[in-house]
Amino acid sequence: MGSITESIAGNIEDQLQQQVLAARQSSTPLAICGGNSKTFYGREIVGQPINVAQHSGIIDYHPTELVITARAGTPLREIMALLEKNNQMLGFEPPLFSDSATLGGAIASGLSGPSRPFSGPVNHFVLGVTVLSGRGEVLRFGGQVIKNVAGFDVSRLLVGSLGCLGILLEISLKVVPKPATELTIVLHHADADAAIVSMNTLAGKPVPISAAAWVAGKTRIRLSGSKAGVTAARRAIGGKVDAEGAAFWSGIREQTHGFFKVDRPGNRPSKQSGKQLSQPLLLRSSVAPATKMFCQNKCQLIDWGGGLRWYSCTERDDNRDSSVQEFEDAVKSARGYVTRFRNGDRKSEVFAPLPDMILKFHQRLKNQFDPDGILNPGRMYRAL
Amino acid sequence: MMNTDQLVQLFRQAVPAQSIISEKTSLRVYESDGLSAYRQPPRLVVLPTSIAQVQDVLAICQQHAIPVVSRGAGTGLSGGALPHKDGIVVSLAKMNQMLAVDPLNRIAKVQSGMRNLAISEAVESLGLYYAPDPSSQIACTIGGNVAENAGGVHCLKYGLTLHNVVSLKMATMEGDLIDIGANCLDWPGFDLLSLMIGSEGMLGIVVEVTVKLLPIPECAKVIMGIFDSVKNAGDSVAGIIGNGIIPAGIEMMDNLAIRAAEDFVGAGYPVTAKAMLLCELDGTETETDDQIRQVETLFRDNGAIDTRVAKDEQERALFWSGRKAAFPAMGRISPDYYCIDGTIPRRSLGHVLTEINNLSEKYQLRVANVFHAGDGNLHPLILYDANVPGELNKTEELGSKILQLCIDVGGTITGEHGVGVEKIGEMCIQFSDHEREQFHRIRHCFDPKSLLNPGKAIPSLARCAEHNAMHVHHGQLPFPQLERF
Ligand SMILES: Cc1cc2nc3c(=O)[nH]c(=O)nc-3n(C[C@H](O)[C@H](O)[C@H](O)COP(=O)(O)OP(=O)(O)OC[C@H]3O[C@@H](n4cnc5c(N)ncnc54)[C@H](O)[C@@H]3O)c2cc1C
Repeated sequence: MGSITESIAGNIEDQLQQQVLAARQSSTPLAICGGNSKTFYGREIVGQPINVAQHSGIIDYHPTELVITARAGTPLREIMALLEKNNQMLGFEPPLFSDSATLGGAIASGLSGPSRPFSGPVNHFVLGVTVLSGRGEVLRFGGQVIKNVAGFDVSRLLVGSLGCLGILLEISLKVVPKPATELTIVLHHADADAAIVSMNTLAGKPVPISAAAWVAGKTRIRLSGSKAGVTAARRAIGGKVDAEGAAFWSGIREQTHGFFKVDRPGNRPSKQSGKQLSQPLLLRSSVAPATKMFCQNKCQLIDWGGGLRWYSCTERDDNRDSSVQEFEDAVKSARGYVTRFRNGDRKSEVFAPLPDMILKFHQRLKNQFDPDGILNPGRMYRAL
Repeated sequence: MMNTDQLVQLFRQAVPAQSIISEKTSLRVYESDGLSAYRQPPRLVVLPTSIAQVQDVLAICQQHAIPVVSRGAGTGLSGGALPHKDGIVVSLAKMNQMLAVDPLNRIAKVQSGMRNLAISEAVESLGLYYAPDPSSQIACTIGGNVAENAGGVHCLKYGLTLHNVVSLKMATMEGDLIDIGANCLDWPGFDLLSLMIGSEGMLGIVVEVTVKLLPIPECAKVIMGIFDSVKNAGDSVAGIIGNGIIPAGIEMMDNLAIRAAEDFVGAGYPVTAKAMLLCELDGTETETDDQIRQVETLFRDNGAIDTRVAKDEQERALFWSGRKAAFPAMGRISPDYYCIDGTIPRRSLGHVLTEINNLSEKYQLRVANVFHAGDGNLHPLILYDANVPGELNKTEELGSKILQLCIDVGGTITGEHGVGVEKIGEMCIQFSDHEREQFHRIRHCFDPKSLLNPGKAIPSLARCAEHNAMHVHHGQLPFPQLERF
């Protein structure tokens, strides 16, 4: 979908606003959709679709400002291609999961790629938004400049809110120059704990690390920066250069890496029972990066220098619950959070429960942005 | 209304006598923050030493509807810590300890009254530091930094407070003690952490802050660019960034600022230059040398008349000393100065600085410019004399004109100092009624009685009606065509 003119954009904005106002009137829940690339994420909801994908187009981009502003329906691909032409990129490396992925979806889902621990999450790059609230009001918060402390930081509050507070219409992002040099080195660590210590020790040193992950006995460290800086770091760290480094990182970002594939050995439906297995439940856990490996018996992929632990639960249905429970308990005692990222029962809660005291503020905020509870109700939590 | 003795008795239920200040002369210390043009002594100052005491103090305030202004070091430049006439000040100054350091996870948990610089000093032996470095870092507290989302000379590369805080513990007016954020890299639910940072003490009192620690760069070097026009200096900044170099910091000073700083500290600044840039690069030794060379070329390509690279650590400190002393240096050439904090897109630097110059002539007030050029965060310093009748008013009017100019080019009224009481009028220009209303609603979620910092940061609708009425010309709102970014 290409760019649209100002006046068409204005019309689309008006239509979206009318739809929200009408939904308010009739108390009709709305299900916000962009490129439908992340429909699997969050809880399953019922609602009248309201489509933002057509609200597309890059509005403003000045490379020397390191800022881009685009409508929420703009395909991420289009934005990334334009930045690439100017030797710049999105610093948070958002997963696309599909070519149809839109900017609005990336911001509303708040998912960051492998660079997260080193260059920051999505919300660190959001400078301002225009949002259509559940009250049907078009509001602007933040701006197009790097530093801005006028008013509460509503634009960042909306990042990762899964459309529960408002429909994003326009977003301004800080972008970053592409590093002059980038390479990935491989270190062999049969033991995950050795990898975790190694990744965190390195992260505490002044070396230009931009990603660090461990899977199947190998630690991969990506170095990005000036040629001199990367070369020096490479020499200091040792290990071999991974010629397929770039493909590895996009594989774990897009979950096309073998670890995430359904047809790994052991994932296949059991021949004996002949019973069709459901898709493996993909669990994502966020913990303090130096947390020791837990659930050694469960095959995991570690990203974010230790801060993100993926577990693809391929157990058969009868064993699945206890296995998931075991993993969730382990993460909880490590004071981390588990998300039921993909597959499984999407009608129950999929995000780690919020303490009552925190939930209370979520409900109050929801109520202030969307008093009739019409925007993606229940997508994040049943109670929101 | 209770008399002072009754009020003291009331707060004695929460804190010991020595933690309450009620005596008139002692209260004077608290009557203003760094924006000393506004003064108002509070009824009392309470200095809690524990979280439980903070909570007890807030419970009393909530029950008796007493306004609360929290205060860190009082270095704020927007009147954020200005007391309320009927309220108390809660000073976090006694809660100033580091509670825990986790070197492998590179985080430290500190009490909110801890000074910014003290954090870096405490972890220096681990090869780590806390990156945001406001010029006031010897004095200002991490709680105040969180409230203002403070930045510093190095935030172009390392980010603001927002980018360097991982979690907070906050006491609310309703008695909750909530943990916001986490030691993990993300957590479920809305991003309440971003909402709290920069909320100017209006949503709760922050009692603990867990900050991110970064490895100290191997090497840092600074290069000075000397220019005979402000425009060339501005173009150099765009040139550096356009070439994919993100310096650790890039600061600009104009002639008036250069001269004042040079007179004050003798940093070896070029006193006849129209503008000067200080650009710091960091990384490994070879990397830094490479980049210094690139910046040097870019400076020259953009018309620098001279460049100088600090030859050693000592000279690097000397180069920075003038920049860091720029504010006090102004104090020596003018009885008073007023610091503006607007932020603009970098490409408008030349235009805005020229306009500021024109305004300065029109108002017959000198304006010196010292600022974070890399992020387009201006700090025009208007020099005035409060003892000259009418000069403060004239200064405020000029300040307001400069902020309107910033909004005009797509910028904002405050980059890092906050709205406080100072820019409350300009909030009416930058945001619509609906937007301001939404701010009030958010506030209401956390402080239903609006007792925290009442009257600041977000103007009431009535206040804006009044403000905009003053600024309406020929029945039109100022800048109706503007995007309110
Ligand atoms: C010479 C000088 C240079 C400066 N340079 C910079 C700079 O480079 N960058 C920059 O960003 N700022 C700068 N400032 C401004 C100021 O130092 C910052 O805004 C700083 O963050 C204020 O910290 P403080 O502890 O002094 O807070 P205070 O001034 O005491 O309070 C500021 C605000 O925070 C609230 N607050 C304080 N503590 C808490 C808490 N625990 N919980 C909730 N709310 C709280 C107060 O109510 C008030 O609204 C400078 C100031 C001076 C005087």
